Amino acid sequence: MNVDSRGRMFLTVLVALILTVLPLPPWLDVVRPAFLVLTVLYWSVNAPRTGGIALGFFAGLMLDVFQGPVLGEHALALVLITYIAVREHQRIRSKPAIQQALIVFAALILYEVVLFMIDGWTGHPVTSPLRWVHTLTGALIWPPAAAILAYSAGRLA
Amino acid sequence: MAAFGTAAGRPLGRGGSPGFRFTLYALLSVIVMYLDQRQHYLEQVRFVLQAAAYPVQLAVNSPPAAWRWIRESLQTRDALRSENARLRSSERDLELRAMRYEALARENGELRGLREALPPVADRWLPAEVVNIQLSSLRQRLLLNRGAANGVFKGQAVLDDKGLIGQTTHVGPWSAEVILITDPEHAVPVRIERTGLRTIAVGAADTTSLALPYLPANADIKSGDLLVTSGLGGVFPEGYPVARVTEVHRDAVQPLAQVRAAPLAHIDSDSEVMLVWFRADHPAAPAPVADAAHELRVGNAALQPQPAPPKPRPVSAAASPPAATHAPPANAAVPSRPSTPPSQATPPPGTPPPGTPPPGTPPPGAPSQGAPSQPPSPQATAATPTEGASALPPESAPPPPAAPAPASSSPAEPDRGQP
Repeated sequence: MNVDSRGRMFLTVLVALILTVLPLPPWLDVVRPAFLVLTVLYWSVNAPRTGGIALGFFAGLMLDVFQGPVLGEHALALVLITYIAVREHQRIRSKPAIQQALIVFAALILYEVVLFMIDGWTGHPVTSPLRWVHTLTGALIWPPAAAILAYSAGRLA
Repeated sequence: MAAFGTAAGRPLGRGGSPGFRFTLYALLSVIVMYLDQRQHYLEQVRFVLQAAAYPVQLAVNSPPAAWRWIRESLQTRDALRSENARLRSSERDLELRAMRYEALARENGELRGLREALPPVADRWLPAEVVNIQLSSLRQRLLLNRGAANGVFKGQAVLDDKGLIGQTTHVGPWSAEVILITDPEHAVPVRIERTGLRTIAVGAADTTSLALPYLPANADIKSGDLLVTSGLGGVFPEGYPVARVTEVHRDAVQPLAQVRAAPLAHIDSDSEVMLVWFRADHPAAPAPVADAAHELRVGNAALQPQPAPPKPRPVSAAASPPAATHAPPANAAVPSRPSTPPSQATPPPGTPPPGTPPPGTPPPGAPSQGAPSQPPSPQATAATPTEGASALPPESAPPPPAAPAPASSSPAEPDRGQP
């Protein structure tokens, strides 16, 4: 069961990664939620031992390869929010979906703040306000995304 | 749930509390960032990771590629016939122009006082297919299906048939990432073709425009002006078309003019682009390739030794000035060191002991010693990202040493001869 659940986890992470790097027209790209971050957050909350901080680190490293100016940037941001998610996983899990979405919104903002600061320090400042749009869409899509992930985890099946 | 038995599964960072693991991985990512940003130790790692990422990128691109293929295969006979006719006429057109080109090139060579017309600056072309596209307002990159295996290197110019597209930023074994000239992080040194005025065109965050933010309000520029690469900056050769000015806005209270230009290349619709290798010893080549590329990666530690004036001309008359400017970057970045080479040149008997160590350490023949000791040190550091691939194109590797060699070895000879 253990290996099986881990396999499912990697499968969802891979799908989320593909959704993240799928080429989209610019206007759609702005509102595209950070699927991979949402997936990693889901696993950190619901399977904090299997997923969690290590998963966040490696998923972040993958994101860096695809779209990071510096290796380790997304990794650090993801490690930070997965740490919070793992620490508070029991409290977050017991909340209704709407409140979870709010927490996810806060986590995504924190994630983006970290990216924003690292971007600035490393000399790739992107100050467009559009970079913050995905935090909102990410929070909005959280309830259905969590339901789909829960289904994939075999909870409802 | 899945909470049991995982601790034994993975030793690294699994055992400790979340706080411990957080510290571990946060530290790890900070170290990775530091190494990547400041030290550039991670080119190899990036190379491997890029290879691992390539299948995903290919898979992601397959729906658009399939759509393109279907559309192409369903094209009607009429459409194909008309396209064929159009291509044939344009080919005739180009042939006529090429005929003229030969004559013009010869005439140009005569006007420049050179015995024979120079070969074109572009040495080798490689068509590459666009595998993945990222076009957002924050980041505009292409992924090409050519990599180090094809000899692609970091900082290589990418063109299409109309104009400049961008340059490669990360090179994997089979893929290369290209930053577009319209990316907000990218800047191209350009020249206004009509007036010769040089400036910089930076990406303006959408695929259809470039901004020229550094022109004074009274600059002679107007809508319709053609911008070509100026050859400065060490990446793009001189004279390639970049963009056409679309909009010039002069505000009485602003000291700078606000100028927009539209790139000539079909940046958002290209599915095939060209990777170009340039002759390093050509006058129109990007001036000091090695130093500029080095600077791009390392940052400018010391501005003074930038060898902009001595273009590596094959003529031996320009031998002595390049020697003075080539020496400082080669010897050391230490500010005290660069003062020795000029003094070493003037009083030969007194100074050789302190001056000789840098050139003297490899004692082999005098003509060859200039090549290994002096120019390679900037070149070797600049070439590391591609050398890691051990696939530097044979065409591009030899020319750089060949160009400065006559310049630096010839002044070294009299130095040895005088004492």
